[in-house]
Amino acid sequence: MSDAAAVDAEREARNARFIQRFMDGVPHLKALGIGYHAHGDDWAELVLPYSPSLIVDDGVIASGAIFSLMDSAAGFAVFARLKSMAGHATLDLRLDYLHGPEPGVTIVGRAICYRLTSSVAFVRGFAHQGDPARPLANMAGTFMYGGAA
Amino acid sequence: MRERLRDDRGTLDMLPYPALLGLAFERDGDEVRLRLPFEPALIGSPERLHGGVVAGLLEFAGLAALVLALPDDAPLPTLKPLTATVDYLRAGGMRDTFAVATVMRLGRRVANLTAVAWQYDHSRPIATAKLNIILAAVSESEPAG
Repeated sequence: MSDAAAVDAEREARNARFIQRFMDGVPHLKALGIGYHAHGDDWAELVLPYSPSLIVDDGVIASGAIFSLMDSAAGFAVFARLKSMAGHATLDLRLDYLHGPEPGVTIVGRAICYRLTSSVAFVRGFAHQGDPARPLANMAGTFMYGGAA
Repeated sequence: MRERLRDDRGTLDMLPYPALLGLAFERDGDEVRLRLPFEPALIGSPERLHGGVVAGLLEFAGLAALVLALPDDAPLPTLKPLTATVDYLRAGGMRDTFAVATVMRLGRRVANLTAVAWQYDHSRPIATAKLNIILAAVSESEPAG
């Protein structure tokens, strides 16, 4: 293996450990069936597969489950931008429910950490069911990090 | 939910998601207090409740308060969450959590509510929420709700 390939492999392994640590550290994600999808330097995507155990009415997924998806995607985006799993706490999070989710279809939650100050991380994002141009929910929030909120 | 809330106390396990959370309620006159019994599956970060769980509890406290505020002798409209804004004030620990909501305005098409969640003491809330909920007449609601 060349040095460059070794560096890549090490980066891959570190990345995989980062993702594993995040997903394993959150029992509620397991309870809802939320999984990892993708992440970059300042963004993350998690997925919420359809499950009859999460519905409220007429086969529609509960807004609370979408809130959990977006809160965790936002937290992951903050970690991705900080490059560490420093202690952090959601300060506030707002969801606008744009239309009802379609039953039977996986929901993707995408969050971007678009600004960091010395103690506050600003996030925004949206949830969709395959077409990012037709989001079913919009999200905006702030997190405190680095010491007590 | 309206049928369930006619009792003084009970669970909200008639729907899968509140059943998954284990939501229970106690009614005191016009006020309904929700209880979220602690379960390890509700943890979001070490020894803390997941923020989404607290949001789900606050949203259901809002729905329950709204159902009780609507006239009992008219058909229940379809209630659709429109916006939910949650302020997280303190970490939710590994114990039972309670929540109540207040209907600030009940309009024909939208209701504005505030909700508060606490663990030890109502005066030390762990989270508050501002909830706007659409009231859709059953006939004009979309099939997918």
